[in-house]
Amino acid sequence: MRTYDAIVVGAGHNGLTTAAFLAKAGLDVVCVEKNDYIGGAAVSRNLYQDWIYSNCSYVCSLLRPEIFRALELHKHGLQITPFGGSVQFMENGDYFGAYHDPEVAYRELARFSRRDADNYKTYRADTMRQCRFIRDFLLNTAPDPTSFKPGDLRELLEIGGKFAEMGEDRMYETIRFWTMSVADYLDEYFETEVIKAAKAGSGIIGTALGVYSPGTAYVLLHHYMGEVDGNVGSWGFARGGMGAVSNAIAGAFQAAGGELRTEAGVDTIIVKNGKATGVALENGDEIDGRLVVSAMDVKRTFLKCVERSELPDQFVHRVENFKIRGSSGKLNIALDGLPTFPALPEGSSLINSDMHFIDSLERMERAYDDWKAGTWSKDPYVDMVIPTLSDPTMAPPGKHFMSCFVQYCPHQVEGRAWTSEEKDAFGRTVIDQIANYSPDFRDLILHVEVRTPEDIENEIGITEGNIFHGELTMDQLLFNRPIPGFAQYRSPVDGLYMCGSSTHPGGGVMAAPGANAAREILADLGRQNTVPENFGDD
Amino acid sequence: MIPGPVHQGRLESPFYARLKELDTVNEWHQWKGYTAANELYCAETEYFAIRNATAVFDLTPMTKYRITGPDALDYLDRLVTRDMSKVAPGRVAYAAWCDDQGQVIDDGTIFHLREGEYRLCSQERHYGWLLDAAAGFDVDVAHETDDVAALAVQGPTSYSVLSQLGIAGLDALKPFGLMHANFRGADLVISRTGFTGDLGYELWIEPYKAAALWDALFEAGELFGIRAIGTIALDMARIEAGFIAVYEEFLPADETVRTGRSRSPFELGLGWLVDFKKPNFNGRRALAREYRDGSAWQLVKLDIEGNKPAHHAYIFPKEKRNKGDIGFITSAMWSPVCKKNIALGTVRAPYGKPGDALWVEIYYQREMHWSRKMAQATVVDRPFWYPDRRGATPPGPY
Amino acid sequence: MTDRYDAIIVGAGHNGLVCAAVLAAQGRRVLVLEARSQVGGAAITRGFADGFSISACAHLLYQIQPEVLRDLKLHPPLAAEELTTIALGDNGEHVRIHRQRVEGVSDADADEYRRFSKRMLKFAHLLHKLLIRPPPRLGTRDWRDLGALARLGLGVRALGRNDMREFLRVIGMNIHDEATERFENPVLRGAVCFDAVLGTHLGPRSPNTMLTYLYRLAGNRARVSLPRGGMGMVTARLAQAARSAGATIETNSPVQRIVVDNGRVVGVETDSGERFDAYTVVSNADPKRTVMDLVGARHFETTFVKRVGHIRAKGNAAKLHLALDRLPEIAGFSQDDYGQRIVIAGDEHRIERAFNPAKYGSCSPEPVVEMTFPSVHDESLAPDENHVMSAIVQYAPYDLRNGWNDAAKRAFFDSVITAIEKYAPDIDQRIIAAELLTPIDIENEFGMTGGHWHHGELVLDQFLFVRPVSGAAQYAMPLDGLYLCGAGVHPGGGVSGAAGRNAARAILKRETSR
Repeated sequence: MRTYDAIVVGAGHNGLTTAAFLAKAGLDVVCVEKNDYIGGAAVSRNLYQDWIYSNCSYVCSLLRPEIFRALELHKHGLQITPFGGSVQFMENGDYFGAYHDPEVAYRELARFSRRDADNYKTYRADTMRQCRFIRDFLLNTAPDPTSFKPGDLRELLEIGGKFAEMGEDRMYETIRFWTMSVADYLDEYFETEVIKAAKAGSGIIGTALGVYSPGTAYVLLHHYMGEVDGNVGSWGFARGGMGAVSNAIAGAFQAAGGELRTEAGVDTIIVKNGKATGVALENGDEIDGRLVVSAMDVKRTFLKCVERSELPDQFVHRVENFKIRGSSGKLNIALDGLPTFPALPEGSSLINSDMHFIDSLERMERAYDDWKAGTWSKDPYVDMVIPTLSDPTMAPPGKHFMSCFVQYCPHQVEGRAWTSEEKDAFGRTVIDQIANYSPDFRDLILHVEVRTPEDIENEIGITEGNIFHGELTMDQLLFNRPIPGFAQYRSPVDGLYMCGSSTHPGGGVMAAPGANAAREILADLGRQNTVPENFGDD
Repeated sequence: MIPGPVHQGRLESPFYARLKELDTVNEWHQWKGYTAANELYCAETEYFAIRNATAVFDLTPMTKYRITGPDALDYLDRLVTRDMSKVAPGRVAYAAWCDDQGQVIDDGTIFHLREGEYRLCSQERHYGWLLDAAAGFDVDVAHETDDVAALAVQGPTSYSVLSQLGIAGLDALKPFGLMHANFRGADLVISRTGFTGDLGYELWIEPYKAAALWDALFEAGELFGIRAIGTIALDMARIEAGFIAVYEEFLPADETVRTGRSRSPFELGLGWLVDFKKPNFNGRRALAREYRDGSAWQLVKLDIEGNKPAHHAYIFPKEKRNKGDIGFITSAMWSPVCKKNIALGTVRAPYGKPGDALWVEIYYQREMHWSRKMAQATVVDRPFWYPDRRGATPPGPY
Repeated sequence: MTDRYDAIIVGAGHNGLVCAAVLAAQGRRVLVLEARSQVGGAAITRGFADGFSISACAHLLYQIQPEVLRDLKLHPPLAAEELTTIALGDNGEHVRIHRQRVEGVSDADADEYRRFSKRMLKFAHLLHKLLIRPPPRLGTRDWRDLGALARLGLGVRALGRNDMREFLRVIGMNIHDEATERFENPVLRGAVCFDAVLGTHLGPRSPNTMLTYLYRLAGNRARVSLPRGGMGMVTARLAQAARSAGATIETNSPVQRIVVDNGRVVGVETDSGERFDAYTVVSNADPKRTVMDLVGARHFETTFVKRVGHIRAKGNAAKLHLALDRLPEIAGFSQDDYGQRIVIAGDEHRIERAFNPAKYGSCSPEPVVEMTFPSVHDESLAPDENHVMSAIVQYAPYDLRNGWNDAAKRAFFDSVITAIEKYAPDIDQRIIAAELLTPIDIENEFGMTGGHWHHGELVLDQFLFVRPVSGAAQYAMPLDGLYLCGAGVHPGGGVSGAAGRNAARAILKRETSR
């Protein structure tokens, strides 16, 4: 029977990335996927007539350009179209828009507060400084601070050096940034509630924290450090939906000779004499491999797919306590036409922007309180986009696809499975909130797909349906991610690696964990590295 | 709060219609949201209007703040590095202000309009900083950019033009002085200030009288060679005068992402604006340290051999020209009046003392092909252009 | 000038007194000026009803740093030592925690608690080493800073690989996750969570609550004591130590302003217009009050002032004092239990629910309570058969949305009594007199901005290198001659004396390095 050099479990964007870089290095790689489609949470799904839904992830900015370039994803059909701006609809009928043109953006800020308008440039510079600091470490393995190995020490020194480069005052401010809440951070720049609300969304998306929770300022970076055409902080749509990302990486993988198997869910990762030797599929088939790389989250990998006896107790205990919390839901909606938003002036560019229907930090925090109490937010933070305004391929002409990301939505309702009534009620909550600002919206709805974290878990396999494969809190970042001592893509089992978003640097359609894992694996095998380095920035 | 939607395009200054009328080349750019002219007919002709006759430049987009209240003087004294108590009513002070690290946020002019009433005028916007700095002072800081229309009237015949306009008392107005005149019932503030290094004035008036002022000015100047000019000509004049410009010679410190990309007043040749006799001002502690320990950078005015402008050139030390660069050029031009190849640049200490000989590496293009030339450069300590008329009071008719 | 003091200390709170004592012991001429008639700041004993006295703000001694006691040769008399914490449960099923031992829980929980407690104490010990010296500066080439940083790094490494990893993991975590990960008994979980959020604007789920939990342990290894004669006895002893070292302490001398001349602090002026000159002025007041009110923002630079303005210091802890005709009935209580530290917190969810409204400027409908009956150990506090109860109750936000007035106070008082009644049904009948101090009252009485007993929220972004604000963590303020020595500077609040001692040492060191 054929023995592969590597078996990658899970054809999400990270699994495919690892697979592609391993295949490029000349390894014989198979990537197995439980669903009959690939992409994991970066998918384009045809669930209603001619509509294509990016039904999980929906915008693309974090995808590392180094990886895009190294895998030549443009040759495999990936094209990312920038889109920008955002709008907050306010309860008083007004709105706050973020415009692409800096002067128009300034005027809009100044409409609410000239002080805020002038402080914005300082806010931007200070936040960008933190992005620059972290961005250089995305495509690096996090060093182990307890280690005395030259590689770890060198990397630690490098981080220390970059930190020291900031100068004394900015070092202190950096410490503060990394530990404070997004609300407190914004308070230092802005006095207008709706402006703070507009900026704060990025601090809570995908996390089980509120805007007032310490540590959320950092989460901002996970949304700001992406880039489209070097225009840092901006977002883009993948033409054809987010599945285009996965398909392109899969294309690169296959072009390098890799093999893709769908409907091949892994039941067990086979471990013999403390070494991973292959996988047993749910259909009973077995595949032999010299090493196994799991793109699944760390809980699913070790608690569901590896015999407990093969793992150290303390490790299992840590994995059990790894925090993956379902906190976001999703509505995917097919529309018969473009809804109108009477608050916006006719022809406003803001129709093609990130729309939100919440105007204060307090409302956002109260949305979190609902989640803490085990239920979905009754007044949620919704991040709504209409990709079809930028991408004509996703719906028939004149029709539209709308993606609504919803924070917060629990994995289970008060500790038990969702009922269909509750799921309907959750969907209604979101639709009602939008309809408050768009009277014709409800009538344009042709089809709605409501996805709770439970649905995402059941379909894609991510524990609790958490988009980041684990909370982005300090205790689960860098050398703590996913498990202290196992933060370098290796696991306690010889030949078993991790490459999913549970690993550094975490979630978002970034592909950095997958690339980093490939680099570590190739180093262990003594193979030539195929993974690109950070572009770097002086 | 102002109801939306905000204006989506460019704003028009009260002088825009007049400029548009004179414009022949349709070369505009955006300046703080306003439409501003690069040039109106020919930048070089416009430049010679500054040096030879009278040039009129629309200053309206400059950021302006009105500072009033019992503590206005104390407030400004803490804000900027120079001693504001020496600036009497009717005087204008060029000043720089720093953050706590002694790094320049911006420079600008402060007009002591009346006892205890000031106008701060700068290129960039700083309302957040100005309000933060007001903590603990009984002072009112109001934004008035759009409430004041402004023109620069610069050049050797500018005194004659304004005299012709009927401004009484102009003969006594010294450099950095200001006076109030009545223009058809409106308060017209005239200051003897400018960005050209030549004889010149700036006029400040309420927007509703702006067009009338323009018309009267051009009528008065008809026989004195008055011309409207755009930004290109103005920038040439300011380099000859050795004046620094934001985003060229420095960045506002609160906008820099990278550490080390901001500059202190000493590093910008503005040490003369720093008054350590004042017990406290923003940046004082850091600047005192820098004064003691030395600065990292030095702004230099360079007289460069040859005639090829040294745009974006690296600067090398004379003795070790193969050992790497010591700085770079920030502004460069061929000076038509001095017939010199001049530049402003920034070099690392200890280079850059007046008289130092340096090298600059100039790239220039001739018929598609690029060439490189190492040119000798000398650090000079005086402005390249400083005519006697700039300081003379009364200035004389010319 | 002979009249010039080496140091004037503004405020005779416990940190001011410690600072004075240390400076005076080194031969410095020290004057302490206290606004009120009594020294002690927030650690005082005073009457609140006829014949009844109470520790009016801080009421338990658990954080006093051994180094402070040692340096000042202090032995405050204790009425009771090492109190047991009794977390009240339904039906008399209370959880009793004494040192590393827990009763009233399963064996598994008891074992787990022992392990947990051991590890936490180990971490707290490391933290303790940080607390008792001034924080080093970052990014300097000074060998002292580099040495201190190296020591810090080595301290973390010396934990050993496993514990170091665990330390780096938990330090930014929340107590909720740690408690739910470990314990099955909800009351035990609640008790652990409660300790982490006491005195903060945080709920159990807020990241950073592991730090606050460890901070509590980092003083006296969480050994909770009741000083005989109340907390005022401790500060009286501190004042005695300061005086006998040669310091002068003037009460009833409120400082109106700290005088600045030509860019440096030269002395203070009292409300009565009296002027005292000094080379150094050390403020025991909180940073905001010191900078904005006592000195004046104009004497500092803008970013510094802005940062001080952004210090988060809005208290949530109210103080309840009850004069009781006798002890209330608490189900499942022995006579001895009344003398312990009693916690009403429920489980972690209840605490979280109590916290939620505080975020929006409302009081907890069902507050959480730490209470003691100090008169059980100390007859001096109440007449004969009568007793006093002292309780810290949360959450009562400083900036109550509609403002604190009598009605709001009454409503909160009622909800506290209701919360206590659940376990002590007759409490209401026992009350002879009551006093409730909201954060506003605490601010007014003790002069702490925001009524926050840490003078500034104890969170990682206001801790160590960045406490009170970036660039001013070494006690010297960016104004020559001005120092801070209160809870607002490193390491923070609690009756620990660390800030005062560190400040004094920083002042002495700075003098010698000149």
